[in-house]
Amino acid sequence: MGEEKRYWRDYQKDIPDGPFFYVRSCIRQTFTPGAETMLLKILTGYLGLDVYEDPRHTCCSGIGYHTDVVPLETTMTIIARQLSLMQEDGYENLLVSCVTSFGLYNEVLDIWHHFPEKLEQTRRYLREATGRDFALPKAVIHTSDIVYKHRSRLAGMMKYRMVDRQSGRPLRMVDHVGCHYAKIFPAKGIGGAEFPQVLSGLAAPWGGISVDYSERRHCCGFGFRQYLLKDNRSYSVSHSKVKLESMAPHHPDLILTNCPGCCMFLDRWQYTIAEIEGRTYDDAGRGIPVLSYEELAALLLGENPWDIGLQMHQVQVESLMDKIGIEYDASQKYLGDRGQYIGCPQKPDVLLA
Amino acid sequence: MTDYLKLLDSDLRFREGLNACMNCGICTAICPAAAIFDYDPRKICLIMQKRDNALTEQLLASDTIWFCGQCLGCRTRCPRNNTVGYIIQSLRRVSLETGLYLRSDQGRKQIDLARNIGGNLMKKGYCVDMDLVVPEMHPEQGPVWEWVYENRQAVCNRCGGNYHGSGPGAQRTIDPQSMSELQAILRTTGGEAFINKLSKGE
Ligand code: SF4
Ligand code: SF4
Repeated sequence: MGEEKRYWRDYQKDIPDGPFFYVRSCIRQTFTPGAETMLLKILTGYLGLDVYEDPRHTCCSGIGYHTDVVPLETTMTIIARQLSLMQEDGYENLLVSCVTSFGLYNEVLDIWHHFPEKLEQTRRYLREATGRDFALPKAVIHTSDIVYKHRSRLAGMMKYRMVDRQSGRPLRMVDHVGCHYAKIFPAKGIGGAEFPQVLSGLAAPWGGISVDYSERRHCCGFGFRQYLLKDNRSYSVSHSKVKLESMAPHHPDLILTNCPGCCMFLDRWQYTIAEIEGRTYDDAGRGIPVLSYEELAALLLGENPWDIGLQMHQVQVESLMDKIGIEYDASQKYLGDRGQYIGCPQKPDVLLA
Repeated sequence: MTDYLKLLDSDLRFREGLNACMNCGICTAICPAAAIFDYDPRKICLIMQKRDNALTEQLLASDTIWFCGQCLGCRTRCPRNNTVGYIIQSLRRVSLETGLYLRSDQGRKQIDLARNIGGNLMKKGYCVDMDLVVPEMHPEQGPVWEWVYENRQAVCNRCGGNYHGSGPGAQRTIDPQSMSELQAILRTTGGEAFINKLSKGE
């Protein structure tokens, strides 16, 4: 085996087929709740996997931890409680749908491994606070790992392909992998931090092309406190801009992400940059649609785009759907949960669909 | 003077984050914070390797430690296995515990974060939820978010969510028993006291 191939082997990981104990992303449930619905439908319905959500689980506290308002010991004990629920429910594989949480679960397990006194301290805290005990998980898997693993199976079920219906041209996709997916523990991510495959590997089986770009590994600019504090948000938009400028010359049809936060930032900052500078990143002035892997999968599988929640994106996705030839009912876009019309957003002067 | 180095040494993130920095500057080259702020992770290592308590106090009371964005890209790249992002986590903790954060503009912003993110976690069991992203505070979210926010129950539940409902699903209310377990964890581990202290600017 050549040097290059041996190197590549270090960046593979074993992905079990379940059963899985699912933990939520508080960012995704806020900005793209439909993506969560679709993700669970893909995993349990299309792929037939055993995925369970215990309604008693809470946020992992990761946003609080990385904004330095939640101490490490508190975060470790909150995570221990999730593991306690998992044990009680009879599951061993933790399925994490958020990239911040994924990094943090791996981080905490690593701390417990290298500092057993911290594991003991956490056990004591959890017992004292709740009377609970917990077991360590057999595996910690990110939800994008599973979609990647089953990419060919899903391709076989898809109604549409990532192809321009008119010209037959494969669609060009640029990806953005969330920093904490593999930058903390490269071996935990498919392709590691240098050669991320978890998203780019989806393009070919689904009919498209993945395009490399120079700032592919750059952070989207979340920066935790830097986005959450209004005064510091220039940090966030600056880094999304670095990425978008680097993507634009490649004329991508879409941006694909595996982190709910990155997905939202790359979407919203296109709007802000268009408002501030009049700059848009596609030729038509509409912006580049940003989808998460589960939104793209659901769309290609033929799910209703408004059930997926694509109406919640600021960069409108109709141009992409029209390219692919996806059938949709525009009159359903602004309907609420009981089918009632709930009004539509104000049209901005920029990024018009 | 407080022995800041002793406090830092007791944090495993400080011990793990700083091995032996050779000041190559690779972390600075890839650091998103260094690209736009007056911030240089290499210099953080340089200062901390001096093990000078007075210099450490200066750093703890400065804006500098608050510029890192916690991307942890420095962890991947450092040829000496240092992680400046971890050193920053420990510096921030000591700055917050000793009250030195109140001496810098960036540090004082922790008061808002404790009230919002910490407060939401204590009250609702989520650091972030739809109710927290108020459009007036988030003009960058654009008109679509404004529409979502005003119709959040209808939009969320249209997409299969469970806004303020019981049971599983996006945006559901966490049941009282689980909330009381979470609050007990926050109390037992010192999280509640920490968030309250910062919320009051102490
Ligand atoms: S990359 Fe590592 S060794 Fe080089 S300056 Fe940064 S911390 Fe020091
Ligand atoms: S974690 Fe902080 S210091 Fe390290 S590269 Fe990211 S922003 Fe820079």
